[in-house]
Amino acid sequence: MILDSKIPEGALAEKWDKHKFNVKLVNPANKRKYDIIVVGTGLAGASAAASFGELGYNVKAFCFQDSPRRAHSIAAQGGINAAKNYQNDGDSIFRLFYDTIKGGDYRAREANVYRLAQVSVDIIDQCVAQGVPFAREYGGLLANRSFGGAQVSRTFYARGQTGQQLLLGAYSALNRQIAYGKVKMYPRTEMLDLVMVDGKARGIVVRNLITGKIESHSAHAVVLATGGYGNVFYLSTNAMGSNATAAWRAYKKGALFANPCYTQIHPTCIPVSGDYQSKLTLMSESLRNDGRVWVPKTKETAEKLRRGEIKINDIAEQDRDYYLERKYPAFGNLVPRDVASRNAKLVCDEGRGVGASGLAVFLDFADAIRREGQPAIAAKYGNLFDMYEKITDENPYEQPMRIYPAVHYTMGGLWVDYNLMTNIPGLYAAGEANFSDHGANRLGASALMQGLADGYFVLPYTIGDYLAKMPYDKVAVDHPAFKEAEQNVIDINNRLLSIQGNRTVDDFHKALGHIMWEYCGMARNAEGLQFAKQEIRKLRDEFWRDVKVVGVNEELNITLEKANRVADFLELGELMVEDALHRNESCGGHFREEYQTPENEALRDDENFAYVAAWEFTGVGNDPVLHKEELKFENVKLTQRSYK
Amino acid sequence: MDLTLKVWRQKDKNSPGQMVTYPVKGISPDMSFLEMMDVLNEDLLRKGEDPIAFDHDCREGICGMCSLYINGRPHGPERGTTTCQLHMRHFKDGDTITIEPWRAAAFPVHKDLVVDRSAFERIQQAGGYISVNTGGVPDANAIPIPKSIADKAFDAATCIGCGACVAACKNASAMLFVSAKVSQLAMLPQGKAERKTRVENMVAQMDIEGFGACSNTGACAAECPVGISMENINMLRSEYLYAKATSENI
Amino acid sequence: MNWFTKTFSSTVGRKIVMSVTGLFLCSFLVVHLIGNLQLFRNDGGEAFNIYSDFMAHNGIIRFMEIILVLGFLFHIYDALVLTRRNKAARPVSYANSHPEENSTWASRNMGLLGTVILVFLIVHLWNFFVPARFGGLEAVPDKDYDNLYSEIVLAFKNPIYVAIYVISMIALAYHLIHGFQSAFQTLGLDHKKYTPFIQKFGVAFSILICLGFASIPLYFFFFV
Repeated sequence: MILDSKIPEGALAEKWDKHKFNVKLVNPANKRKYDIIVVGTGLAGASAAASFGELGYNVKAFCFQDSPRRAHSIAAQGGINAAKNYQNDGDSIFRLFYDTIKGGDYRAREANVYRLAQVSVDIIDQCVAQGVPFAREYGGLLANRSFGGAQVSRTFYARGQTGQQLLLGAYSALNRQIAYGKVKMYPRTEMLDLVMVDGKARGIVVRNLITGKIESHSAHAVVLATGGYGNVFYLSTNAMGSNATAAWRAYKKGALFANPCYTQIHPTCIPVSGDYQSKLTLMSESLRNDGRVWVPKTKETAEKLRRGEIKINDIAEQDRDYYLERKYPAFGNLVPRDVASRNAKLVCDEGRGVGASGLAVFLDFADAIRREGQPAIAAKYGNLFDMYEKITDENPYEQPMRIYPAVHYTMGGLWVDYNLMTNIPGLYAAGEANFSDHGANRLGASALMQGLADGYFVLPYTIGDYLAKMPYDKVAVDHPAFKEAEQNVIDINNRLLSIQGNRTVDDFHKALGHIMWEYCGMARNAEGLQFAKQEIRKLRDEFWRDVKVVGVNEELNITLEKANRVADFLELGELMVEDALHRNESCGGHFREEYQTPENEALRDDENFAYVAAWEFTGVGNDPVLHKEELKFENVKLTQRSYK
Repeated sequence: MDLTLKVWRQKDKNSPGQMVTYPVKGISPDMSFLEMMDVLNEDLLRKGEDPIAFDHDCREGICGMCSLYINGRPHGPERGTTTCQLHMRHFKDGDTITIEPWRAAAFPVHKDLVVDRSAFERIQQAGGYISVNTGGVPDANAIPIPKSIADKAFDAATCIGCGACVAACKNASAMLFVSAKVSQLAMLPQGKAERKTRVENMVAQMDIEGFGACSNTGACAAECPVGISMENINMLRSEYLYAKATSENI
Repeated sequence: MNWFTKTFSSTVGRKIVMSVTGLFLCSFLVVHLIGNLQLFRNDGGEAFNIYSDFMAHNGIIRFMEIILVLGFLFHIYDALVLTRRNKAARPVSYANSHPEENSTWASRNMGLLGTVILVFLIVHLWNFFVPARFGGLEAVPDKDYDNLYSEIVLAFKNPIYVAIYVISMIALAYHLIHGFQSAFQTLGLDHKKYTPFIQKFGVAFSILICLGFASIPLYFFFFV
């Protein structure tokens, strides 16, 4: 299989405009003859579904939550990047492009990232027009703040709830189309299989989560905007329901899965407090604008602190190690996420961690409060501080926050070309579900940007190009391909329900999460990965022998839902390990201990690994086949990332 | 700590339900309320019993999915907190805790503690938007919006749509939910064009869904996990009166 | 339905009717109390009897009487419609509920308080209004007006009546404490500058008016 990224010819800055001119258009009157399925209603899905509806296509949108507004995009806190240069601080489309490529450790496609930077400015306009209440200055114009991996202030925000406000904007646009009848919404409905007819994606099979009914839906194109797969790790900042099932079942139907090992570990999360923990909570990266990260200078002091023999305030200024400021004077506490996370792990591995478990570092606001006053800090981060206090019962105005890295985002995903189409004709992937724009590490405030870029400004153009070449004919849902897919779904459910074993689904999920975090987390090595691969296989075998799923399919069955998702995670986990094992270099979120500089920085191997690793399914338990898409860098020079 | 839970169990929409008592043991005060429920569900599963269905997703207080009526109050005893952000340190060893679903005719029970909040969706679809298509909009800084107004609009916009207001209200009224969207969009210059039709249609839909009327008890705002204020309800009313008096809609 | 009836049969519209009629009834209370204060004149009821005769026969007052009755009827009718709707909005009640944690007792029991007031109103009308308005009172000797005053003296020597009146005024006070400021909210009149004043004024108004009314039976029972 030859992977054709379909990147348009021409100069970087002109590719997208040229491409928009060259794509085929569907006449307005003909748009109503095409049906599009959108799975997932987060930023990418909701914005795409709404935009398709506005254009005149017939859209069916699906989400497993009870409302599109609950998609996990809602939890994004800090902000959204855009190259508006409203601050007159030297920003430009090229700089946003450059920062994103560099932040991604040179493992993303130049053309995609440049397009992302180009449309970023339109996103802000669009959201403001929808009534998204971004933060403003006293004069009434939009405010910005700075974020990790950038030296300009280009992040637009709505207090600590930017994702919520952007999603509610897209949700309102979606609601408008639902009211017009252009979008039909199916909440509490989960996609369980992709249906292909004549090699093209022509529909999906879903389960109604209330009644258990298995249904088919047919369309001319299918868009998967189903988010990332961070929940492979069990503990992550993802929502409890976030899952990879839709993308994974598409993978099993032939869609390639790209760069699965690129996982973003977010540096500022509330540390784990016990075995019962069900999820981890992020503290926005924006906190690093004012918070200073530190641990005690010596292991001895840290031990005393952990044992409660001394208090935080007993540690004198000169006995504190502000390690990010010390190692990276240029970027300080605002280094990219992967760098911040890895350094937190390093100091904790040295025994200098804080908190009962020793797996935490301080994020200290004392200086900022002294400088600006508590009200100013409360205005910026009030809701985050409140959330922290609710969870930990500690007041961050009085003592530093304890933070530790946690799985947050997955840069990998379904392989897509420049048009966001997977290798299966008619199957698109958008937002976190695709692999496209962030390379090996995503910069803060770029996920919202990418989700909305894909949904509002890319897919509405590129999907037309595909549909224009499609006949209007619809495939009936009693076509054998649909019946076969339905039977496949029913068989999997029946199999899960019939095992009647002894271990719960959560039990398996936790075990998988443990393997993934230990061996395929912040730092990986070949030996550990080999071991993890065997362990996952064993665990998967045990799952299919001994999992306990109660109840029947024809009801609201929370264990059956979870079992389906965990079954897929158990396969996906192995692919992540496989990918991490084959990539003999360190880059961004993928840190192989064997490949590091003397200063413990990620050591890339551009000679051998400047490619996208796209994996093809060959059967469960069989080794997948690797396809490489070479990355060509014509506009940036590949250098060792330096934030010093 | 050890607790006794009294939980509403109901097989499906059409079956009758009842309160069922479950003991739970060894609960850590650092657990969240939902993690305590997870512990109970794992126990039930191991015994081969049907686990308790409850809505939850982000578990960080923002998605609005979780919705439990705990010890006589929506989202439990702590103010300004969703169920998922409620921690067990607010309970004592030996406590009996009752857990019920939101109760409203407009929120029928799907199963156990899971209710159907699609009425909220239909209200939003009736007018909770600004009619702009993708593209072709002015520059974001073309319309300056005074910070005070942007902040107020933001306060209204933070509604998470959980339905605690309806659950708390003695009349099961949805006024706080509806008013949050109406006033957010009425305050902003972008929303002014449709302000009359919006409030008329959203209130009409709210009534069709069978929510009660607002008696100004203030229970909704007191229990709102994100602090949506009663001011919004009052703004909805003045918007409504103004719209009804001056709109062209007969 | 045309737009007008649609407006005032919506939940928001009906509350507006409740609010406007409620405030109108508040204004009636003020007028009524001022008139009744004549009872405290130490003149054997002369001033009061002249006043009540005026109220029973003046044309403008008779017209206002119709408006007042309409005010009561709309207030009560919409209250009944809304209460039925509100009950229907929660067909299954909570097994365990603690509304006292989030709202005042009065705000949740306006219907109950209103019913007490309605019963009182019937008793009150039967006692004084019906005889004064439709005859049945003795005339004051040598005067062309009736002696309502002596009827009042008689009635308020009865401890049962006094108790009914005082309890009803307590109910009215609670009804007004919530109702007065709530009426402004319902009309959408809410402003950082004025709302706190309206709220405080409402409480003072409710207590003073009801104290004023309650003092009458107590005065007659204990001091006359």
